[in-house]
Amino acid sequence: MPKPLRLAIWVALAMTGALAVGIIALHRGEQINAIWLVVAAVCTYALGYRFYSKFIATKLLVLDAHRATPAERLENGRDFVPTNKWVVFGHHFAAIAGPGPLVGPVLAAQFGYLPGTLWILAGAVLGGCVQDFVVLLFSVRRDGKSLTEMAREEIGRVGGVVAYIAILSIIVILLGVCALIVVNALKASPWGTFTIAMTIPIALLMGVYLRRIRPGKVLETSVLGFALVLLAIVGGQWVSQSPHVGPWFTFSATTLALLVIIYGFAASALPVWLLLAPRDYLSTFVKLGTIGLLALGIVALRPTLHMPPLTRFIDGTGPIFAGKIFPFAFITIACGAISGFHALISSGTTPKLIRREVETRMVGYGAMICESMVAIMATIAACVLQPGTYFAINSPAGIVGAAPQTAAAAITNWGFPITASEMHSLAQAVGEQTLFNRTGGAPAFAVGMAHIFASSLGGQALTAIWYHFAIMFEALFILTVLDAGTRVGRFMIQDALGHVWKPLGRTSWYPSILATSGLIVAAWGYFLWQGVKDPLGGINSLWPLFGIANQLLATVALCVATTIVVKMGRARYAFVTLLPLVWLVTVTFTASWAKIFSPNPRIGFLSHAQQLTASGANPQLIFNDRLDAAVTAALIFMVALVLIESAWLWWRVLAGRKEVQVREAPFVPTRFAEEQA
Amino acid sequence: MKRGIHHSALGIQRAAKVFIATLREIFDESAYSRFLDRNRVAPSTASYAAFQREHATAKARRPKCC
Repeated sequence: MPKPLRLAIWVALAMTGALAVGIIALHRGEQINAIWLVVAAVCTYALGYRFYSKFIATKLLVLDAHRATPAERLENGRDFVPTNKWVVFGHHFAAIAGPGPLVGPVLAAQFGYLPGTLWILAGAVLGGCVQDFVVLLFSVRRDGKSLTEMAREEIGRVGGVVAYIAILSIIVILLGVCALIVVNALKASPWGTFTIAMTIPIALLMGVYLRRIRPGKVLETSVLGFALVLLAIVGGQWVSQSPHVGPWFTFSATTLALLVIIYGFAASALPVWLLLAPRDYLSTFVKLGTIGLLALGIVALRPTLHMPPLTRFIDGTGPIFAGKIFPFAFITIACGAISGFHALISSGTTPKLIRREVETRMVGYGAMICESMVAIMATIAACVLQPGTYFAINSPAGIVGAAPQTAAAAITNWGFPITASEMHSLAQAVGEQTLFNRTGGAPAFAVGMAHIFASSLGGQALTAIWYHFAIMFEALFILTVLDAGTRVGRFMIQDALGHVWKPLGRTSWYPSILATSGLIVAAWGYFLWQGVKDPLGGINSLWPLFGIANQLLATVALCVATTIVVKMGRARYAFVTLLPLVWLVTVTFTASWAKIFSPNPRIGFLSHAQQLTASGANPQLIFNDRLDAAVTAALIFMVALVLIESAWLWWRVLAGRKEVQVREAPFVPTRFAEEQA
Repeated sequence: MKRGIHHSALGIQRAAKVFIATLREIFDESAYSRFLDRNRVAPSTASYAAFQREHATAKARRPKCC
């Protein structure tokens, strides 16, 4: 293509993007079409990928098309396998896509669609994609080493220990929050509970089919499992309407929490092939299919956003979580913009599959763009709802009241009209007893998704089926994150305890398996229990805690990346990783300070504990607040140590006081050099 | 015209191949094929069970993102 034509296309794309961002940012008083968010996102991502990622690849990282990757040098057909770049891209995206980009944007929509959208776009292009890309490349150049190993080798011992503790903490908090989302989505919902319960026998059947009847035919088995899950969703309607069977699947939040805790323990302690591996395949199949379907639905149907660009809750009085846009919008939306957890994937399986160094750009930067697009779709799903409906679903009983009339009146008083009868009709349309106080984000996302699909595919008659399909999709893959995370946490504890007493590190020794499974489940189970018992719904305190932990992990990852950049002698381009690092430090430290010390009891853990003490509340609730404050303080203290250790190292390297040691694997020429990038 | 259609068909065929390969990688079918090649065994109930035993620990250590 001639250069002037290429230039004209990029200029047109930039102008279209600017127009779309202008419309979503400046439009006031009238509702806008969701397609403007999609256009703004696509143009921003295209420009970011074409220009910024190329700048990073050529100037900062200096990707070398002639250098062999560990997949080639250490090829063993098991962990290290040179793989087609599109295949690695799909594999990497499937690993990073989780419930975070769906839930965070739904919760942040309480500020309106504008803050979340702008943060998702800017955060991804300048922060999240950069982190995933550079960490992936640095891991590739270090034989696929993990973030913890790189932190220990490049920063120092403190960096390694803190990375380990931060990873374990984020896993514990993440699992507690994920479990809480599932519990809130399934409580008093026989239809949803039945569907999810049925995935257990379906997975068992898949396990037997896969092992005995068609060994290795995972795709075929997953299609079969998916068909059975669809049947379970349809059957769930009958269950929910049956006066005899319905009550068997109607559980309170506390009962569901106990069931989820038992499930988590079993998932960690039992062999995986029969139940968990097939469930994992089924969950991935449903996840990828549904994300694709939702993207098609939004583009084809172009729904109108009913949520205003900014709501009155930008003042920090939001019912879903308290706090102003800065810093709380930026920790509420993590995975769609920047997520420290991705650094674990980028330094896990993916670097061992990369065939050519130049492909890290497409896989690392590109897959995060797709993840960010999922977050934009979640924002759209939440904002197509009438604001009154959105707040009725997401507001906890502790804020708006438990009675439908009281809750509807409170929400109407905020300027978002809704009536108890409208909510009752909506609940009936989706096959639920009530949609009030369904905190956690999943039910609001499911109602939004059902709203988008039911407007064309099957009409209103299928609203309930679409709603329960969305609930099943979210609950299924959140539970998969839960069982996978519990096992990963168990292995991490076993690895650490193995240094204390060798048998504890043996992953096949049952006493150790039971003890460490119990430890990790008790840790996240405590946070789940705390959330279930919290009169404010749990999300108000736990989601910010999760956001802080996740962004602090990103801070550690960017510290490692900046340290390597400085050691590589490319300090003049260090702003690429420093910019998101400084932003994250500002956001997380401000948010942590507010969550611990804010005098507003809805924000500060300590002032809330004080308020509870004064009112003579349950001592357990007071202890929970103090525990949350201590966990937050411990996390920022540790990350501050890594920051200080890193900054000290940068100064010594730049001042020439320390000999630079870049711990890259030696250069070996690749046999794939002639291939097109 | 004919040439254009031929090129498009080839492109679609190539895209479909990559798509199937991606799914096979995500769903561990490729990993099973590599296991069979590496150990020079034929696909069977026993070899799949052995693959699952070998694969289970590595898979269980992989974090899934939030």
